[in-house]
Amino acid sequence: MSMTFFIPQDTTALALGSDSVALTMASELKERGVEGGIIRNGSRGMFWLEPLLEVEIDGSRLGFGPVKSSDMPSILDSLNSRTKNTKSLNHPLFLGEVNEIDYLARQQRLTFNRAGVGDPLCIENYQRLSGFVGLTHAIKLKGQEIVDQIKDSGLRGRGGAAFPAGIKWQTVLDTVGEQKYIVCNADEGDSGTFADRLLMEADPYQLIEGMAIAGLAVGANQGYIYLRSEYPVAHKILNQAIERATEAGFLGENICSSGSDFFLEVRLGAGAYICGEETSLLESLEGKRGMVRAKPPLPAIEGLFGKPTVVNNVLTLGAVASILEQGSKTYKDFGMGRSRGTLAVQLAGNVKRGGVIELAFGVTLREVVEGFGCGTYSGRPIRAIQMGGPLGAFLPESQWDTPLDYESFAAIKAMIGHGGIVVFDDTVDMAAQARFAMEFCAVESCGKCTPCRIGATRGVEVIDRIVQNEDRDNNLILLTDLCDTMEFGSLCAMGGMTPFPVRSALAYFAEDFGGESPREN
Amino acid sequence: MDKRTNIDQLIEQFKSLPGGLMPLLHAVKHDVGYIPDDSVEQIAKGFNLSRAEVHGVISFYHDFNTSPTGQHCVQICRAEACQSMGSRQIEAHAKKSLGIEYGETTKDGKVTLQPVYCLGNCACSPSIRIDDDIHARVSAASFDQLMAELRSPATTHAGGKK
Ligand SMILES: Cc1cc2nc3c(=O)[nH]c(=O)nc-3n(C[C@H](O)[C@H](O)[C@H](O)COP(=O)(O)O)c2cc1C
Ligand code: SF4
Ligand code: FES
Repeated sequence: MSMTFFIPQDTTALALGSDSVALTMASELKERGVEGGIIRNGSRGMFWLEPLLEVEIDGSRLGFGPVKSSDMPSILDSLNSRTKNTKSLNHPLFLGEVNEIDYLARQQRLTFNRAGVGDPLCIENYQRLSGFVGLTHAIKLKGQEIVDQIKDSGLRGRGGAAFPAGIKWQTVLDTVGEQKYIVCNADEGDSGTFADRLLMEADPYQLIEGMAIAGLAVGANQGYIYLRSEYPVAHKILNQAIERATEAGFLGENICSSGSDFFLEVRLGAGAYICGEETSLLESLEGKRGMVRAKPPLPAIEGLFGKPTVVNNVLTLGAVASILEQGSKTYKDFGMGRSRGTLAVQLAGNVKRGGVIELAFGVTLREVVEGFGCGTYSGRPIRAIQMGGPLGAFLPESQWDTPLDYESFAAIKAMIGHGGIVVFDDTVDMAAQARFAMEFCAVESCGKCTPCRIGATRGVEVIDRIVQNEDRDNNLILLTDLCDTMEFGSLCAMGGMTPFPVRSALAYFAEDFGGESPREN
Repeated sequence: MDKRTNIDQLIEQFKSLPGGLMPLLHAVKHDVGYIPDDSVEQIAKGFNLSRAEVHGVISFYHDFNTSPTGQHCVQICRAEACQSMGSRQIEAHAKKSLGIEYGETTKDGKVTLQPVYCLGNCACSPSIRIDDDIHARVSAASFDQLMAELRSPATTHAGGKK
């Protein structure tokens, strides 16, 4: 009986000890003389089950998780005593067929369908799972035809601002220029987000393919992936993937004999949140301080080194590969309203079953948090949910029935952003969270405009005074004024949206801000 | 090889790369452990920039420390998802048990403590990073154990610097 074992090597699995699981498994197999190899796959994104051990046996993929090194002997024993062709095994960590685990089976995976299936760096595996089919299609098309497909798909940027990708590409295509660039925004700075990371670590060729397609579409021969330095595992995997894709002819000169070149390089950020903002990112790529640029000019017209530049998020470019593979109509058929396709929701924080959940737009926040998350990790009631990163509002229970759709969230003064959901239980101190929002803005502000640079520091002080009941009424007015000034007077969303978490904390969780009578709102 | 010639070689390697200053600074940090103040002039010359410009870039980014760190960098995630799982207590525990604040190094030179805002491990918070290794679901007890491992002479930590 031959078995292949899969042990993930993404950041979270590694952080939970998957390396030592793999070592133990290897030595157990050797000791027992069992025929069986170990593949270090990417994660499926079911992080609550990591380290998730999978076994391929008689055409099934059976799962065990979360495992520890010390579970290896008993797992091998149970596999040994298994009757042929049954999918049931007697082991407390046994999960059955991995694809049938409800958390995975209920998703609609377009971008993450390959994640965790095999060795992320194996090109043959990528191609066996329809990889590079989109690029092969794109090569036969004119630039305008590729751009039309992206427009028809309804794809909007997944980095946060949700701008239609096809329109951005059209601008770059229409701008005359010898040199154009494709820049992938892999700065993923929002707390509670890790889908970019998962794609880069579990299926890096998909990002590479999407970028090469973008290059063909707008006529750019050079791409950069701007990766945050907090992702050392992704850094290693991306560099290896680029090397292998170049050797195989998917990157470099004359890609796939198309007559077009596409060179790709990873550049590391250096721990600045603001460098996720696209113009700050471009400054940083140029080797400068990450100061936000005023727009116009748009990066699509004057971007990197002053040249026409496509800046897209990792997931936007990942979606491009599947759109070119499966057609724009298939993609567009998912979703609701003007939010087409799928959203990679990232469930994080105090939640029992956290991970990446790819679903068509339109499900409600409650369905995700309760249906997939199954409540808090601590077992206590959920009190607040922050959606969309550090600039996103805190949502009380009355808002959890909002469907995940850009417009529906904007209507309640909240945002989907990059799709991160952070769950807090009832021990959370919402005044401390509001204070942190201001503090984070003060630490990460690029310093270009006063409302953000100074306002955030003042914000921390004013919240402290409110909590200490110092001239409370006047300080509450002052905080509201300060939020107005930041919202309307800041150049970018860093200063402009920091008031969102602050105002929502104050509006819906006023009782946490001290004082006699909490305001109703 | 002395520090200066080493940096000179790196400057040679990166100066003609478009946007080469950031990769250069990362390389200097990697090789030397920090960006020495006295390298600013050297870098400015190599890149045809003013000293103020180079200094401006170094000081903008949290990653570019200008003085040596301890043998290991321990970063504690301060961002929201980790907060929801008790990172504030981990942070307080770390400072107290190591006897240092953020940006400081323990007396034995082993550990420098730094804040970090998200390590992308937010589904299994709280998270910390030790050199290039990330650790999930950290508790005060597991933190102490990780620190003991860093300090025991027997174990050479996988992600550790030479
Ligand atoms: C403060 C701030 C931080 C941002 N951080 C990120 C980020 O980490 N990743 C990202 O893709 N977009 C981020 N964005 C959005 C980018 O500015 C930009 O809209 C995006 O890269 C465009 O790509 P898309 O259209 O594919 O989303 C940020 C914006 C702001 C204002
Ligand atoms: S709002 Fe803040 S981060 Fe944005 S440009 Fe102004 S100072 Fe910079
Ligand atoms: S918030 Fe701590 S790892 Fe993301």
